[in-house]
Amino acid sequence: MISQIIPCLTWLLAAGTSLVSLSWIDSLIIAIYFLFVLGIGYYLLKFTKTGDDFFLAGRKMTAWIAGLSFVAANLGSLELMGWAASAYQYGILATHWYWIGAIPAMLFLAIIMMPFYYISKTHSVPGYLKLRFGESASMLSAVTFGFMTVLMSGINMYAMALVMKVVLGWDINFSIWVSSLTVMVYVVLGGLLSAIFNEVLQFMLIWLGALLVPILGLIEAGGWGGMVAKIHHNFPGGDYTHLWSTLGTFKDNPMGINWVGIVFGLGAIISFGYWTTDFLVVQRLLSAKDIRSAKMAPIIGAGFKMMVPFIVILPGLLGLALIPGLVSEQQAVATGAQSYNEVLPLMLARYLSPGLLGLGITALIAGFMSGMAGNVSAFATVWTYDIYRPLHVKAKGNEGEDAHYVKIGRWTTILGVIVSIGTAYLVQHFASIMDYVQALFSFFIAPLFGTVVLGMLWKRATAAGGFWGLLAGIVSSVSMYIIVKINPSMLKVFALSSDAKEMAADMYRALWSWLICVAVTVIVSYLTKPKTDAELNGLVRGCTVLPSEGDLPLVKRPIFWAGVILVIFIILNIIFW
Amino acid sequence: MVGEGRISIWFFIGAILLIYGVIIFAAGIYELINPAFGAGVKLHELHSSFWWGILLIIIGLVYTIKFKPGKV
Repeated sequence: MISQIIPCLTWLLAAGTSLVSLSWIDSLIIAIYFLFVLGIGYYLLKFTKTGDDFFLAGRKMTAWIAGLSFVAANLGSLELMGWAASAYQYGILATHWYWIGAIPAMLFLAIIMMPFYYISKTHSVPGYLKLRFGESASMLSAVTFGFMTVLMSGINMYAMALVMKVVLGWDINFSIWVSSLTVMVYVVLGGLLSAIFNEVLQFMLIWLGALLVPILGLIEAGGWGGMVAKIHHNFPGGDYTHLWSTLGTFKDNPMGINWVGIVFGLGAIISFGYWTTDFLVVQRLLSAKDIRSAKMAPIIGAGFKMMVPFIVILPGLLGLALIPGLVSEQQAVATGAQSYNEVLPLMLARYLSPGLLGLGITALIAGFMSGMAGNVSAFATVWTYDIYRPLHVKAKGNEGEDAHYVKIGRWTTILGVIVSIGTAYLVQHFASIMDYVQALFSFFIAPLFGTVVLGMLWKRATAAGGFWGLLAGIVSSVSMYIIVKINPSMLKVFALSSDAKEMAADMYRALWSWLICVAVTVIVSYLTKPKTDAELNGLVRGCTVLPSEGDLPLVKRPIFWAGVILVIFIILNIIFW
Repeated sequence: MVGEGRISIWFFIGAILLIYGVIIFAAGIYELINPAFGAGVKLHELHSSFWWGILLIIIGLVYTIKFKPGKV
């Protein structure tokens, strides 16, 4: 999900003049956007009084709002730019990160996992681990998540500032401070409620700001058929428009990966790990007003996620057809040519006249801010409930007032933004930190999914099993990363092929660390005493009576819509096979 | 979503789209009167600002009217 940021940044660091210039109309549109998000934050202050209001938006969100916010929190502007660039580099293969790399996991979350997150009334994913596996696993998860979230937020902030510098010529300090302080103000004022409101607004602006590019691009290219013909003409011998037919072996596609890595590494582990256990996105679902809404929200999110390639991947493919000759960042730095990392802003500048360009740039800014608000609101919740509260209870001997935690949440939001800003400046001086922080983030995703899914589906899993399994998974992931860094030839051992490339390394590292986590959890669990069924009520499948959906008609049942989305997902994969 | 007298998020979305629609539509009209304005972009002859502005105004009006404050 975040691996596309680094290539972009390498190019951005070396780039010279700005790509587009804004008119006063464009600036007006951007200024109105900032006024709106701040105004919404101020307006929602009076509705944010209790801990549930601040951290879970009062648990009153409809399925649509929770679902759109769920997708928007993931849709950062660098993701938009990064995956458009990937589409130019790898062709339609980049779509796997939006389809098999998201849809099955989102549907699994909706139907299988969401009931337990929701019924347990937890505030967070580490909070669920505390109920299921106890303090140790929860604290390990909370500390790693909290730490990594603010660091990632800082890296994204710096990356966004660089994008604004290169695309618009804006000063880096101006971009960092204006965007981060805006996010801080509206999240401090309205908490998750404000973050969600703004994320839904940002989601709409991202779509309406970016949608014209593929529409006009297809008109210019002569439709899908014309675009494919132009790509074949520009790149004879290359296959950029098939999803699966080139994945038989590592050598047949530019990603250097095979279908096993995509299906099991990306589709089964990385995607499930991210979409089902990353609290940044799961928090949005916990705000749903009832269990049916909580289940419907990721299904609605999946529907929109499936369409995102239209505004992200298609511009990259249209770039292949209409502006061939963009090169890698190394070549761009060496020759002064334009890099394919520029493809999205180039397409914006190609089609959007004054006014529309402002809307397109607002879409990029909105993408960044929705991602950052997601980071800081999730960080504030995990810090307050999963790190601060246990320590506070131990020190004071009582639970403490709800208002106290709201106050801590607000201060933690400010702290999170300040640490993010600090990280942004740190990265500015030590760019290599970005590589390591992103790698660190990836270490936790796959093992955490192993721990959570076993916790929910296997009642025999014990507290010791959960903790040691999670730790073993993280340690094994870190070890594999270090081994390959020291000795790159070891990649062929982990990826089971001498043709494997960097992308395959991530997939197979996730797969192995998940398997190790699961194996250790199972072994340790069989050696330790499990909880009783009564203690696991509301936490584990088989020990919990799930609330009935009553006499709801078929078209109102989540399982029906999950089936519809699944069928569309399969059809799309067959069409673009 | 309208809860506890709160203005719906969809109203805010409608309002900003309406404002953007008016601005972009006005830019589109200006483009029609002065063809040199924004002539540097591809497919300039399609007058995308004009049509996109109308689309935003329609969406904005639908949302602001349907979710106007006080209406449940």
